[in-house]
Amino acid sequence: MPTTAYAHDSTAAWRRANRERALPGRTVILKIKRCDGPGKPARWESFKVPVEPGMNVIAALKHIAANPVTADATHTTPVVYDANCLEEVCGACTMVINGHARQSCSCLLDEYAPREGDTITLEPMSKFPVVRDLWVDRSRLFHALTRVKAWVPIDGTYDLGAGPKEDPASQQDRYGMSECMSCGCCLEACPQYTHEDDESKWDTSFVGAHAISQARLFNEHPTGKELKPDRLDELMTPGGVTDCGNAQNCVKACPKGIPLTESIAAIGRQVTLRAFARFFQGK
Amino acid sequence: MSKERVIVVGGGLAGLAASVRIAEAGVPVDLFSMVPVKRSHSVCAQGGINACNEVARQQGYSEYQHFDETIYGGDYLADQHPVLEMANWAPRVIDLLDRMGVPFNRTSESNRDLRLFGGSLFKRTHFAGATTGQQLLYALDEQTRRYEAEGKVTKYEFWEFLWPVLEGEGDDRRCVGIVAQDMRTMQIRALRAGAVIMATGGCGLVFGKSTNSVICTGGAASRCYQAGAWYANAEMIQVHPTAIPGADKLRLMSESARGEGGRVWVPRKQGDTRKPTDIPEAERLYFLEEKYPAYGNLVPRDIASREIFDICVNQGMGVGGQNQVYLDLTHKDPEELDRKLGGIIEIYEKFVGDDPRKTPMRIFPGVHYSMGGMWTTYTEGAYHPDHAWGEHRPGDPTPVDTQAGRGMKHGATNNMMTNITGLYAFGEVNFAYHGATRLGANALLSCIFDGLFCGTSVVNYIQTAEPSHEPTTDIDQSVFDRVVAQEQSKADRLVATASDNPDPTDAAHNPYAIAKEMGDEMTAACTVVKAGPRMERCLAKLAQLRERYAGVRLADGAMWTNQTLSFARAVGDMLVLAEVIAQGSLARRESRGSHYRTDFPDRDDDNFMRTTVARHNPDGTHTLEFRPVRADLVRPRARTYGQKASDKKSPVTDREPASAT
Ligand SMILES: Cc1cc2nc3c(=O)[nH]c(=O)nc-3n(C[C@H](O)[C@H](O)[C@H](O)COP(=O)(O)OP(=O)(O)OC[C@H]3O[C@@H](n4cnc5c(N)ncnc54)[C@H](O)[C@@H]3O)c2cc1C
Ligand code: SF4
Ligand code: SF4
Ligand code: FES
Repeated sequence: MPTTAYAHDSTAAWRRANRERALPGRTVILKIKRCDGPGKPARWESFKVPVEPGMNVIAALKHIAANPVTADATHTTPVVYDANCLEEVCGACTMVINGHARQSCSCLLDEYAPREGDTITLEPMSKFPVVRDLWVDRSRLFHALTRVKAWVPIDGTYDLGAGPKEDPASQQDRYGMSECMSCGCCLEACPQYTHEDDESKWDTSFVGAHAISQARLFNEHPTGKELKPDRLDELMTPGGVTDCGNAQNCVKACPKGIPLTESIAAIGRQVTLRAFARFFQGK
Repeated sequence: MSKERVIVVGGGLAGLAASVRIAEAGVPVDLFSMVPVKRSHSVCAQGGINACNEVARQQGYSEYQHFDETIYGGDYLADQHPVLEMANWAPRVIDLLDRMGVPFNRTSESNRDLRLFGGSLFKRTHFAGATTGQQLLYALDEQTRRYEAEGKVTKYEFWEFLWPVLEGEGDDRRCVGIVAQDMRTMQIRALRAGAVIMATGGCGLVFGKSTNSVICTGGAASRCYQAGAWYANAEMIQVHPTAIPGADKLRLMSESARGEGGRVWVPRKQGDTRKPTDIPEAERLYFLEEKYPAYGNLVPRDIASREIFDICVNQGMGVGGQNQVYLDLTHKDPEELDRKLGGIIEIYEKFVGDDPRKTPMRIFPGVHYSMGGMWTTYTEGAYHPDHAWGEHRPGDPTPVDTQAGRGMKHGATNNMMTNITGLYAFGEVNFAYHGATRLGANALLSCIFDGLFCGTSVVNYIQTAEPSHEPTTDIDQSVFDRVVAQEQSKADRLVATASDNPDPTDAAHNPYAIAKEMGDEMTAACTVVKAGPRMERCLAKLAQLRERYAGVRLADGAMWTNQTLSFARAVGDMLVLAEVIAQGSLARRESRGSHYRTDFPDRDDDNFMRTTVARHNPDGTHTLEFRPVRADLVRPRARTYGQKASDKKSPVTDREPASAT
């Protein structure tokens, strides 16, 4: 019985081929890395899950919640995980599946475990502190958005007429960046982004590709660019854009196709220009 | 000035719009959400947000017509003044979102693009690709983060609201805070506030599978209801015509697919096994277009859902003999589809595996939205015509202008306040705007409108009305401790069942199994078609489930991040809400909007142009009362959407929707 995880083979073509050949009525094994809480040891548990048509990893976890018994018939607790939208738009359910970070709600069992007894491994993301089981605390990811002032500084919510006009090309550009759902796949994949539990270091540790891209998004908006100097100053400090080693793992890992490397390059240029300007202003 | 804080429970569009508006006015906000607010359910909304706009205006459309459409669409069940105010504000809401940087799709001349949506003959829906809700939520999330950075908003993410704290009796009773639980540490504590806003969204999970997100249990609303807040029009549940059935949820294929030209059809020949692309045009039955020549595929959702149900369940004409029909976009330019509908096309590809650009999608109705919700009141605005007006036709002069305060009085402290002083309900969790059917792309509008317009009401309540009471900081701690103790003992009791659970897989006591049976029963009895005897059976089943729930046993006794506790607790609250929905469905002996009774197929304005108001009794039973709708602006007319007279027969069946929902 094959039990290997397909660690390096999760290409779209591979998944499609699996889907075509998936056996109806089979049972698959979910091998899950569990942990009862911060500071507690990790352990592995396996579960046998009967596959229903169209089943995803979340549906399998729900099956386990209703039947919390491991493959060797031991009673256990339901597996803790984070999820909300179930259609890959909220980013909540991100976990490491067969060695790669992705959303578990859009992870179909047919695509990852097409044969009887195939195994899928689930682990929590490694760059964030584990809360319990597959649920991690991604506060640092949101903190980075505050660091780069990822907002448009409007004059309040009163009725002051329409916003600036925008041509369709620029809208498509901004929309492409604005679809970032703060899932953290780009951070899990990034060699420069390392685990940091100490909140006081979040202002100086690497912000991550997602936040750099958000800085570019708001720098491109006619009102958002009012804060461009602040954003660039922040991205010049330790943990800013120069911490990026250009490994380009992030862009490959992003489920939303956010143009992360383009954003990093664009912000790199903006930061250089700003540095020049500051130099000549003697700041 | 008052030193009071405001608690906002819920960080979807309604909660965030309220937080921003209130923080901006200088009142500190404590914002609670079960998920980081950026991951709230609003992120799922796809199609768009409605507002009158210049192009439509020059074709004869107006805010007033938007109002008239919404009332007609809701089959005259909504109180009319708040709807008028909402429609009048819609263009300003869009402008504000535009200023916040929402990337609305643009025309070649850089104007905001528009699309058609159900229940209107005018393009009046603004959109950002097919992820409009996501883009609006992000804009408000960003503004909230800005106020958070300035220390004006404090977020409590991964905190679950458990119970409102009320003080005083009778007319003096008011809400002075909440009790909530940290979902990680399991700590239960009380927080004080001068006012509390519930913005906790819908209750789709009562039906098991729906288009909603996993936290949309309705638990928070049910808790307020059990604490004394009224719940209105519970039976008005919207079933969306076009969802893709899935193992864990029903994924929506937005109405925008039809707004952009998508056509719904089945093969004319029953049991036709050919591939859809091999079936020639003449052998396809475009049943909505044939029956409703004016609105075609864009009739309101309740009508489309019943017609699809009729084709599949009664006539056995579903694709492949199953409960599914085609939603066809293959005639459209693929590039345009990517630009305008990319988000939903990706969802279909990911979850079904087919390419909707090349092959028609297979869809079936799914539970989607709750028009009913927490009962709220308001102060009428300045517009009081001598007589209610008839149908408004495009280009007719409008009887009223769009100045603020025509519908609802701007800043009145009771706007969207529940029957409990100081407790407000905004967004999908209230019952206010959509009557018996919500028109597509009106929900996002009502959520943000509530937050902005009624947010001002909350500020006024805090700053003017509230100081006549004792400041909440002076209230005796015992008032709060009592509620903490109540919730602590509830949690302790549930967690304790884990240590005495011989078989956690035993469905009789398993909270997940009980929830599934409730969902199946509610979907079968209380959705597209309802009938008295079937709902009686449903109520009997719910009573059984409540008994079983009393003996519920958990499989997790941990005092750290115990999700089973949170879910099991919500199941109890969902059962309460399910009963209110079923009882309301049974008591409303007519058909109106989304509520369709085979045994009472006609609308009955004399007896039922009324709001169903449910009150919870101390013994756990419910008292239902029908209160008149405040409807002196527009006269009711037959809601036909130009259906051809020859087809006037409505689908009548007692059969239940099978597996697909
Ligand atoms: C798939 C889909 C597509 C849609 N598309 C459209 C569309 O195109 N146009 C349109 O107008 N409408 C659309 N709708 C409807 C619309 O999205 C919703 O009605 C709206 O987003 C609800 O927003 P809300 O702010 O009321 O609540 P939600 O966004 O549901 O947020 C609820 C908030 O309350 C919090 N919460 C809930 N319970 C608790 C608790 N016990 N304790 C603490 N916090 C709690 C949650 O964490 C969350 O932050 C769509 C709906 C769905 C399901
Ligand atoms: S390009 Fe930069 S941000 Fe992206 S993975 Fe590499 S180091 Fe990380
Ligand atoms: S950039 Fe992509 S991978 Fe990174 S958080 Fe955003 S959506 Fe996720
Ligand atoms: S649950 Fe939202 S992305 Fe998976």
